[in-house]
Amino acid sequence: MLNDLKHYLREEKMSHILCPGCGHGTIMNALVHAIEELDLDQDKTVIVSGIGCSSRIPGYLNFNTLHTTHGRAIAFATGIKLANPELKVIVITGDGDASAIGGNHLIHASRRNIDITTIIFNNNIYGMTSGQYSPMTPIGSYATTAPYGNIDRGFDLCNLAIGAGATFVARGTAYHVSMLTKLITQAVDSKGFSVVEAVSHCPTYYGRRNKMRDAVTMLEWQKDHAMPAKAFEKLPNEKTEGKFPIGVLFDEQAPEYCEEYQKIIDAQKEEQ
Amino acid sequence: MQKNIKLLQGNEACVEGALAAGVEFFAGYPITPSTEIAEILASRLPKVGGKFIQMEDEIAGMAATIGGSLAGKKSMTATSGPGFSLKQENFGFALMGEVPCVIVNVMRGGPSTGLPTATSQEDVMQARWGTHGDHAVIALVPYSVQDTYYTTIRAFNLAEKYSMPVLVLLDEVIGHMREKVEVPESVEGILPRKRPEVSPEEYLPYKADPTEAPILAPFGSGYRYHVTGLIHDFTGFPTTDSTKVKYLKDRLHDKVYANLDDIIEVDEIDTDDIDYLVVSYGSVSRSAASAVKEAREAGIKVGLLRLKTIWPFADKYIDKYADKVKAMIVPEQNQGQIVYEVQRAVNGKTKVFAENRYDGELITPKQILERIKEVHNNA
Repeated sequence: MLNDLKHYLREEKMSHILCPGCGHGTIMNALVHAIEELDLDQDKTVIVSGIGCSSRIPGYLNFNTLHTTHGRAIAFATGIKLANPELKVIVITGDGDASAIGGNHLIHASRRNIDITTIIFNNNIYGMTSGQYSPMTPIGSYATTAPYGNIDRGFDLCNLAIGAGATFVARGTAYHVSMLTKLITQAVDSKGFSVVEAVSHCPTYYGRRNKMRDAVTMLEWQKDHAMPAKAFEKLPNEKTEGKFPIGVLFDEQAPEYCEEYQKIIDAQKEEQ
Repeated sequence: MQKNIKLLQGNEACVEGALAAGVEFFAGYPITPSTEIAEILASRLPKVGGKFIQMEDEIAGMAATIGGSLAGKKSMTATSGPGFSLKQENFGFALMGEVPCVIVNVMRGGPSTGLPTATSQEDVMQARWGTHGDHAVIALVPYSVQDTYYTTIRAFNLAEKYSMPVLVLLDEVIGHMREKVEVPESVEGILPRKRPEVSPEEYLPYKADPTEAPILAPFGSGYRYHVTGLIHDFTGFPTTDSTKVKYLKDRLHDKVYANLDDIIEVDEIDTDDIDYLVVSYGSVSRSAASAVKEAREAGIKVGLLRLKTIWPFADKYIDKYADKVKAMIVPEQNQGQIVYEVQRAVNGKTKVFAENRYDGELITPKQILERIKEVHNNA
């Protein structure tokens, strides 16, 4: 199987920059399998990223790839998609990139429901700059910029995307890799703005400071704290305390931006 | 054949020029005094099959413009001072990624929110050095509504030719003033987007001779490659190899500075046998032209050098007159920006005087004339 997927990779660009034990490679693996499943045309697929560890991944993928500025990947991707709706556009971003500096673009792409899939590699930390707290760093966790414990309240990125109007929203983890592959497949296949929050792990800059020194411990944490969304919804609050739902969280079609714009073009041409 | 004469604002003429140049994509954000450009393109673009999008902020406007261009469409955005500040990071990305596009900045008074509805020329140095790091830029400064039409076309052509973002700086008064403009039925010499001449297997997106621009294939055209804001090699992938770093940085500089005669345009008005030279640009150059005419009528031998390309700077033309004149006078709608470039280019060969106004009102011919007389009387 692996050999069959090699043409999706730029093997000559390896070795990669990711640390030993990083969860991002697993998520990249899930993405490549999803692309294989959907049989996407490499020439017609564009992968866009911002800045951060996860944002270096498009460099290893054999598609049209664009490594942009911090937080702005979705805005660049919006231009690409609207300019040529024939292209399949996938954004790879991290929690700092998507929830802090680029939060506004996530909200507004969700609102427009433009046909782009955004995969948020959430490792709860700024890894590239060696371990500062992000909006996804849990309260009480330690980071280089939270030496006395983090007091910043976080928020639920998936709920944000749903609230802003994204039409397909899911969460998976690097531990539940088969499920993650399926979620990414569904997201890319779904018309409109789709978001997959992929819970990742950073043993180097998050784990070591937070009593999870190795990847196995962090993967076990994902296994123990993730709960299928359907079960999560049904259970009372005391049973879901400290857990997070995984699976499809929202899936409801709405008019897609590029198609709506095309209607304007068609109507104007008819008038002429 | 009857000429197509219209009464247009500078912002409207800018749109007409952009459409003549083949603009297909606009992404921007509303800001005074450039908003008409967005409004008119929102109406006009879908009629020609183009796309307009109002983004969530200025930063996204610049980002989406670059995205549209990488997808193969001639793209532009428009803004004003505060928005221009916000666009600087992604402007730098477009310089590094060598993405053709046009950025119009209709200049208002600053700093900060400043004087939103008043004219200025306060962003000329921001245009040069607003984004971080070493870089060469091309910035054009039209002086009339008609000139805005042709300058915008020229900006698109330069963007395609040199594969880079090109700035058009309008004084607010140019953007909002209405003048008679001839909009021709068709315009010659519009440069289309370049396409690679090699197969995808042989294609190296950023391989270009030391003074040349690369040919970036539109995404989706079968040429898969990587674009990054990091220093990169011929393949487009990041490198820290000092030889490759230097090659790219030299090429980004030299593709502009080895082609100055192609990029720099000036008007030399009454510059034969002169004692004084007024160096001016944009709307101020019209007050200057009027002042120069009156001064000559009063017997003072003065000429006007109108800069139509502000960056790269027209050193050659300043140098040409530096030995010949007793002084240069640089009137500007700011506290003095280009005057320092003139001083640098003059290199001590003659005196250079600034003449400024920055209270939101226009520099009048009278103000410049009085300065010419004062310099003449003290010479």
